[in-house]
Amino acid sequence: MGGGPVKLELKGITKRFGGLVANDHIDLTVEEGQIHALLGENGAGKTTLMNVLYGLLQPDEGEILLDGKPQRFATPGDAIRAGIGMVHQHFMLVPVFTVAENVTLGMEETRALGLLDRRRMRRDVRELSEQYGLQVDPDALVEDLPVGVQQRVEILKALRRQASVLILDEPTAVLTPGEAEELFRIMRDLRAGGRSIVFISHKLKEVQAIADTITVIRRGAVVGECPPTASDAELASLMVGRSVQLRVSKTPAKPGAALLDVQDLTVAGEHGKPAVDRVSFQVRAGEILGVAGVQGNGQTELCEALLGVLPAVGGSIQLDGSDVTRAGPRQRLRAGLGYIPEDRQEDGLVSSFSVADNLILDVYDQPPFASGIALDLGTIGATAADRVTHFDIRTTSTATLAGTLSGGNQQKVILAREIGRDCRVLVASQPTRGLDVGSIEFVHRRIIEQRDQGLAVLLISSELDEIYALSDRIAVMYEGRITGFRPPDVPPEELGLLMAGARDEQAATAAAGAPAPPPVAGTGLMGAELLGIGIPDVNPEDQSSSTKTSPPADPAAAGSEAEPE
Amino acid sequence: MSEAAPPQSPAPAEPPAGTDTAAGGTGRGRPPVGRAIIDAILEGNSVVVTILAIAVAMVIGGLLIAFTDPPVLHAWGSFFANPGYAIAQAWDAAAGAYVAMFEGAVVNPHTVAAVFQQASLSQAMHDGYVAAVFNPLSETAVNATPLILTGLSVGLAFRAGLFNIGAASQWIGGAIVATWLGFGVSLPPVIHVIVCVLGAFAGGAVMGWIVGELKARTGAHEVVVTIMLNYVMYYFLAYILGTKSMQQPGRTDLISPVISVNARLWHIAGPSLRVNAGFLLALLAAAGVWWLLNRSTTGFQFRTVGANPSAARTAGMSVERTWVLAMLLAGGLAGLAASSVIQGTDYQLNFQSYGTYGIDGITVALLGRARPLGIVLSALLFGALHAGGVQMQATTQIPLDIVTVIQALIVLFVAAPPLIRAMFRLRATRAAGMGETVAKGWNA
Repeated sequence: MGGGPVKLELKGITKRFGGLVANDHIDLTVEEGQIHALLGENGAGKTTLMNVLYGLLQPDEGEILLDGKPQRFATPGDAIRAGIGMVHQHFMLVPVFTVAENVTLGMEETRALGLLDRRRMRRDVRELSEQYGLQVDPDALVEDLPVGVQQRVEILKALRRQASVLILDEPTAVLTPGEAEELFRIMRDLRAGGRSIVFISHKLKEVQAIADTITVIRRGAVVGECPPTASDAELASLMVGRSVQLRVSKTPAKPGAALLDVQDLTVAGEHGKPAVDRVSFQVRAGEILGVAGVQGNGQTELCEALLGVLPAVGGSIQLDGSDVTRAGPRQRLRAGLGYIPEDRQEDGLVSSFSVADNLILDVYDQPPFASGIALDLGTIGATAADRVTHFDIRTTSTATLAGTLSGGNQQKVILAREIGRDCRVLVASQPTRGLDVGSIEFVHRRIIEQRDQGLAVLLISSELDEIYALSDRIAVMYEGRITGFRPPDVPPEELGLLMAGARDEQAATAAAGAPAPPPVAGTGLMGAELLGIGIPDVNPEDQSSSTKTSPPADPAAAGSEAEPE
Repeated sequence: MSEAAPPQSPAPAEPPAGTDTAAGGTGRGRPPVGRAIIDAILEGNSVVVTILAIAVAMVIGGLLIAFTDPPVLHAWGSFFANPGYAIAQAWDAAAGAYVAMFEGAVVNPHTVAAVFQQASLSQAMHDGYVAAVFNPLSETAVNATPLILTGLSVGLAFRAGLFNIGAASQWIGGAIVATWLGFGVSLPPVIHVIVCVLGAFAGGAVMGWIVGELKARTGAHEVVVTIMLNYVMYYFLAYILGTKSMQQPGRTDLISPVISVNARLWHIAGPSLRVNAGFLLALLAAAGVWWLLNRSTTGFQFRTVGANPSAARTAGMSVERTWVLAMLLAGGLAGLAASSVIQGTDYQLNFQSYGTYGIDGITVALLGRARPLGIVLSALLFGALHAGGVQMQATTQIPLDIVTVIQALIVLFVAAPPLIRAMFRLRATRAAGMGETVAKGWNA
């Protein structure tokens, strides 16, 4: 069975882990051909619910109905046979296999003697991808593909197994804005083909943009069902359980002396092309300079060069008046640089260390934490306890392993460590990536607090929302260069053009006469695509009407996606 | 492996911090599979699993003894005629072997009885009956001493994220220096011992330092380098023992002169027992390594680099310098192992002296989960197995090799915790944690 439209009902699903109730009598109905969003903070129980539906977990109570018929899924195999497909947040693909091999894995076509029928596998995959407009080369090795395309392979895999209901678990977490927009197009096509989609997310904007119905889950229970026209504030307060400030209020900046002065900084990249190309900017005390841009345009390398883990091949970096261009990371951190890395799991924390140890990761050999080469465990413990209270880090104790904390609390550990040092400059790269609404508010508040205390803050973010919420000035990066500086009240269209590579003056004039004509041949489609997600995303005054404004950008976005990958 | 130099970096002039970035750029991503497996062994096993693994290995070892002993095999031949006899023979062989092992490694009741047959305790002490009681424990300690030190060598390097397969070559480096200082120079009693011990540490440390430096500068993987250096030092030892400077005069085989009496480690339990100050040195080294790892800034740095080099770099630590220092100390510890053998028991160096200390050190470190206390305990276990094995071979004609088999079985079972858990129906520690992970969601 499977393949055709199906109505999915979950009734009174309860799942307990020991004393913890992960799902508490959850009712959920997904109609045929519906995109149903499951919105909730990290840890609210969304993934548990979907694991129950996919047969990975057995519910303690409640039942699953497909077209009114009760089902029992003891294993994912049962769920797949009943027409349920799941795309996990972390893909389940074999990197060294081709797309065709991955899609058919477990359901391979064979010829006589059990030989693989590769030709037929390839043809099947090609047909499937044409049928659903999922552009993939069946012969490409999965490890060579960008994440967005790998996700398409996962979706193809589910479709080949005749999935009527597709579960997408935080599908956009790993995608660039462009890839996310492409995913939304695919989701709409699938909906048009009669499939139902359960879309798990904690991002309000995405949910509003794509869902037909939104179910909000908090602490394992359904707290509300909303139409996609529900406002940000409504959804956020349902999700968090209190009213949340989506934009932290701040006073105008009172900039002082330049504390971070970067001149003509150049960093080598791959294939001989510089990753950061003659970038110059200053960040003054009491000011937040936001660096906007689509991910992968040199922001990562810029940050690593500022920290000193990537060498500058040209230009200079001055930190609080002293030249640190040739200094290593340790000297720069000592000279007053606070650094919040983009990848907190990989660069910011040691997940197998305790919270206390993580709080001294870059000051472990300095007084009062060490005397000589002996660690002072007493001071380390006391300071950690103090930071945990002060920064509201939700942990059972300071000895808890950092890896077991939620993303938001991990980020608080890093913030507490960097802010706790005596810093003059704070470089924060994607500081709220993957965090839930409540944590984002907290992080933003702290960053503004640091600015008000006279730090120079450099904020690198690919979320335009965040750039607008925090920046006192905005710089845009494109292909390793800064394409322009703008005041914080710049219209998003203009930023979008700069992010797409328009030159400084062009962007200004083009944006003035909106709708913007393509400023540079070849990048026009890319610009339109950016605007497609940029405009509704960033306009905070216009939220209730913003939800349905993105579809018009679709045709352009769809067209543009054909070639870049 | 991940630390290898970047595949294509067309940058013509490597900037000064080049090695930093080279390792930084490619150091990301998931740990390699081998590393992940060893991590699982080191982190995933509870003490219970380790103890059960040892017990199971002993049982299987007993079965092996029973089924390879010629008299038992003969008895099986008449199994249908007299099944009781065959089973009794098998039991006797296995039990006899383990009793002999226990007598050789812990205490032999006959020697205890002998003490009480003497007229007085002082008489018994004087005639060496009391010493005989403690001889098995002394042998266990003597056998464990070099294993503690090579185990610490492997364990310390591992905590800094390095596989030190080269304890054997570092052992040889230390042994050559200690031996040469032992017979080649003449110094007053205590000073000579200290000079030789320090020399052994330095000899091993140089060998370790070479590995660390090569890895830091070129990205050469330490496993490859240490394995190669093991061969280099093996042949270097063969060469140098044949030269005038190291070969004992008048000998044609590869053996060094005997070291001076002043350079020998003191016997700490009377002249008739072999246990010596090397054992205390090893315990001291274990305490030192524990302090270094858990209470010092250097150890903090080692552990950070070992657990997440990328985060270490971001926090301003020099990953490369940490590697060099960790390998240097690891080499020094393996050098101390050589000192304990040359100055403690053998008093001279020959082509077979290096034994299997280097490789056994890996086993000991794995079994001890790379923690100093665990390493001491597992080295004592292996020392006891070896001391007991010698006794077993002498009294029951069962080959000493069975001990190697038991050691291998222990490691096998420690490396396969799911098997042990399944055998004893233990609840996996991971399963308990998994519910939590799933409850929080994969995105948490």
